[in-house]
Amino acid sequence: MSEVKKIATRESYGNALVELGKKHDDLVVLDADLAGATKTGIFRKAFPERHIDCGIAEGNMMAVAAGLAAAGMVPFASSFAMFAAGRAYEQVRNSIGYPHLNVKIGATHAGISVGEDGASHQCLEDIALMRVIPGMTVIVPSDDIEARAAVEAAYAYKGPVYLRFGRLAVPVINDRPDYRFEIGKGITLREGKDLTIVATGLEVQPALEAARKLEADGVDAEVINIHTIKPLDEALILASANKTGRVVTVEEHSVIGGLGGAVCEALSAKAPVPVLRIGVNDVFGESGPAAELLHKYRLDGEGVYGQIRAWI
Amino acid sequence: MENLELQKIANEVRKDIVTAVHSAKSGHPGGSLGAADIFTYLYFEELKNIDPHDPKKPDRDRFVLSKGHCAPGLYSVLAERGYFPKEDLVTLRHVGSYLQGHPNMNDTPGVDMSTGSLGQGVSVACGMALAAKLSGEGYHVYTLLGDGECEEGEVWEAAMFAGDKKLDNLTVIVDYNNLQIDGTLEEVNSPLPLDQKFASFRFHVISVADGNDFDQLRAAFREAAGIKGMPTAIICRTVKGKGVSYMENSCGWHGKAPNDEEYAEAMEELKKAGEALCQK
Repeated sequence: MSEVKKIATRESYGNALVELGKKHDDLVVLDADLAGATKTGIFRKAFPERHIDCGIAEGNMMAVAAGLAAAGMVPFASSFAMFAAGRAYEQVRNSIGYPHLNVKIGATHAGISVGEDGASHQCLEDIALMRVIPGMTVIVPSDDIEARAAVEAAYAYKGPVYLRFGRLAVPVINDRPDYRFEIGKGITLREGKDLTIVATGLEVQPALEAARKLEADGVDAEVINIHTIKPLDEALILASANKTGRVVTVEEHSVIGGLGGAVCEALSAKAPVPVLRIGVNDVFGESGPAAELLHKYRLDGEGVYGQIRAWI
Repeated sequence: MENLELQKIANEVRKDIVTAVHSAKSGHPGGSLGAADIFTYLYFEELKNIDPHDPKKPDRDRFVLSKGHCAPGLYSVLAERGYFPKEDLVTLRHVGSYLQGHPNMNDTPGVDMSTGSLGQGVSVACGMALAAKLSGEGYHVYTLLGDGECEEGEVWEAAMFAGDKKLDNLTVIVDYNNLQIDGTLEEVNSPLPLDQKFASFRFHVISVADGNDFDQLRAAFREAAGIKGMPTAIICRTVKGKGVSYMENSCGWHGKAPNDEEYAEAMEELKKAGEALCQK
């Protein structure tokens, strides 16, 4: 694994914004005093006049973004997931979601892999908060390639989009010539017949690792990358669930209301099979190096494998 | 437009407000009536390049009703200005109506932003003003805030932003009637002094002693038009419920509809006021 290229999806976000900024004059980037961390600083360097620092006032920033969108610009509003989806929730709901304005929310530092900053900054609820807003598209890219493609697709799409990025550098897993990103279309990374593992974001790689370990035990797992939580690719998930009869969801988010919730909602009506939801089990996080936390909360490859083994 | 004409229109706007809220059996007549002269001045005198037949005209001046609960006031002035038929005002708050309890930009012609949750509209207005700066377009953005709304922290986040970004194409109007749902500003959680607060956030501040007087409104907006390099706040002292005597200066009429008897009384009073204006 040592030669595998690693890059944090927040870095991909900053780089993708620069590429889009070169092509589109109507793209504006907003930040709330975190340009260095969210990587919108990369855009600021290239296009200082189109980078607006709103200071530490995320609620105002989201509604300013709504005003820019109402006037025809395409704003990407950036902060940590905790503040973008958490603190500014009601601005996102009422000033962006309700009028269905063309605002893109670039939320970085999502999940427990924020690491040392601890529970106050480890947002484990944002997918749940965002996907319950009518008309909101929610995208959680798994690596650099997917993150850049997602930013581009979000720009091209007309309507509000929540993009969830991580702080931790993660391996590139989508470097294949046939890789294609489409909002709302899941990707089957591995075909199998015994079990379906549906994963999102930085948990796609541990899900693949778990599938390889399961194979050694004689369990043939299918692995689906759901980069778009909403709209959910129900057809793909239902077809796989009908084939394997068992589903595991894996996400760096609370087991309540995120990918696991979304998948269960889809399956309960149309293919009620047993589901194991792997994620953070309704607790707050804590400080520590990201890799150690992912291990402790059993969200690394070994932990995901162990939880699936114990279940089947 | 002559003041007398504006007064006549404002009186019609007041009849529309009372009629719409009476028909809805709920809504916010007090603030709508108190701001009726501000609404009228904006839509018949101040806003440039607006066209009721082309409500989304790109170069139009924008108006954001940050105090979104005064939707009856906004709808009434839009109807008087010709954005939609006056007869539709009685559908306010009814199921299926395009006149929602709080403004919805996607439902109602002439509504530039969906509002209702206090504090957010002023931030949105900042975003629109910033868009004009970035794109080099010349339009101006106006927003109307409630005085009670100024208790929301977001108002001051927005004020800080507007001052810092020198948004001189933004005019914030505060409807200062000194009343909110639970009582007077002082009885609740006073945001006063508003003039000093906006000044400290780097606004040019204009205080209007009588925000129900067209001469004073005209003077204030003319002064605001000449200000460069900073946003302007016009703080208008108004009478909540203005024009319907039993609603005036009463927080009880903040969010309550008149019954049939009260409605008849209000309309009679406004009819007489209209007749008096026609005698002038």
